[in-house]
Amino acid sequence: MLLDVGNIVRMNRRAGSGDSLRIGAFFLLLAPGALVLSFSSQAPLQTASPALAAQSAVPQALPTAPPQAVPQVPLQAVPRAGLNIVVLDPAHGGTDPGARGTAGIRESEIVLDFTAQVRRALESQGFQVVQTRQGNEDPSFDDRSAIANAQTGAVFVTLHVASTGLPGTVRVYVNSDLPVTTDAGGLISWDRAQTPFQGLSRKLGDLVQGLLAQRFKGSPSAAQTAAVRQLRTTAAPAIAVEISSVVVEDRADLDRMAPGVADSIATGVAAFRPSYVVPITTVGTP
Amino acid sequence: MARWIRWVVGGLCVAVLVGAIYFPILRRRLQIAAKLQQQTAEQARRELTQTIPVNPGEPLVKAKLFWSSGNGDGTLTDAAAELPLSSDPVLRSKQVLNTLLAGPVDADQRTLPADAVLLSFYLLPDGTAIADFSEALATETPSGIQSEQIAVDSITRTLEANVPRVQRLKILIHGQEVETLAGHLDLTGTFLVNTKGVQVAPAIAAPTAAPGSPPSTDKPTAPPTGKPAPAPTTKPGSSMGAGTLTREKSPGKLAQPAGKLIEDQARK
Repeated sequence: MLLDVGNIVRMNRRAGSGDSLRIGAFFLLLAPGALVLSFSSQAPLQTASPALAAQSAVPQALPTAPPQAVPQVPLQAVPRAGLNIVVLDPAHGGTDPGARGTAGIRESEIVLDFTAQVRRALESQGFQVVQTRQGNEDPSFDDRSAIANAQTGAVFVTLHVASTGLPGTVRVYVNSDLPVTTDAGGLISWDRAQTPFQGLSRKLGDLVQGLLAQRFKGSPSAAQTAAVRQLRTTAAPAIAVEISSVVVEDRADLDRMAPGVADSIATGVAAFRPSYVVPITTVGTP
Repeated sequence: MARWIRWVVGGLCVAVLVGAIYFPILRRRLQIAAKLQQQTAEQARRELTQTIPVNPGEPLVKAKLFWSSGNGDGTLTDAAAELPLSSDPVLRSKQVLNTLLAGPVDADQRTLPADAVLLSFYLLPDGTAIADFSEALATETPSGIQSEQIAVDSITRTLEANVPRVQRLKILIHGQEVETLAGHLDLTGTFLVNTKGVQVAPAIAAPTAAPGSPPSTDKPTAPPTGKPAPAPTTKPGSSMGAGTLTREKSPGKLAQPAGKLIEDQARK
């Protein structure tokens, strides 16, 4: 019997070339009492600075130090070649249907259909698309973030359908501001992986929301801020797109929105491409 | 007319008369019974457990409560209500939150589920409030970023408007920390309520936000297990010991007013 006790724990070796060793997953082999680790090497990040390697998508199983013990460090931004990947996250799934409408509409099903259309629109723009789920599975929040955090040069878009809101409107959310904290080694904790990307997420969110507002009257003109759990652990520019709503009487009303939503997201991500940089922290002395 | 027919007609007339008198009474009884059935277990529990921290000696104060504007755009609108608000921040917080939970006159403006109950409320010396709600808050809040955000915003803005001592809010569900409110909104951190209140030691300072910005979260300054842990520092000049909670008094239990608690600790 295999019990997955950890997932995507990446260990960064700051010395030398800055390459990283990643434990893809580790399992407890309960019957014989053995621990099985599966390793995969990862290409070094596009930097000569070990600090950058340490800063880009560095998930950790647990915070390495309490926030108050960590000095605040200034952020820098360096241009980085290529935003190529978009991670699409159809929310919910499995035993979690998400929002449910009176007409039997389930958020988990609708977002899969939306994702398929967004995927096609993004691929037509030349992006590679990775999905956090293909069918009716329900990966955990951390598993979904782990998929995004394992990519290089990616943005993350999680798709939702609301229970409320003016029908026919779409809102984009970016995560609430988190204080920037790192540990003494310059690592960002998994729980705050979104922290260095907040500015970029805001920029991406505003671009996509602006396009959505043109297509869907009554939608806000700029991205809103909310403490969306899925975004907090994502080490990439990340937005949540929420469509209103599951309370429509006819599912066709939502289906008609899909092409507009897909095109807005794809166009917004393409417009964001030149702005894509990876924020890094300059490790200071405590 | 045959005699038996007269008896039948007479009997029918009596039956109609009795029915005309009895049916309205029966209808009224059915309506009362239907209303009683609507009272759920949560509502019954609320009646049993809910403290009514009303001190008749307190003057009536205009409290500001934030409910949904009701137009579906996710905005809140404030309403004034005259309440005998306590000067004690914990009692005051319970008063305004219970009023918020009771809901507005217009049900469309409700932001929190009707069955939700505020089980406990604590206030740490650093201004972090811990509000423990019943499970109905998580299970009956409509799933969605907007709806969950409105629920939390209505709580934080109501506290901000009425209880200046509260700077941050940690929400627990039935004594436990939960990952999200109803599948979207992160409850593992604290929500910013008021940055202008009590001074906070830098080590645990909340992130500053632009005025008027919505409440944000940071990682838990409150304990992750739902059990309040000692606060790392105390407010300068405060006589309150680190880790001391000012807890709402329970009816019928030994409890000291918060002011007396502070005095006692100062003496120690």
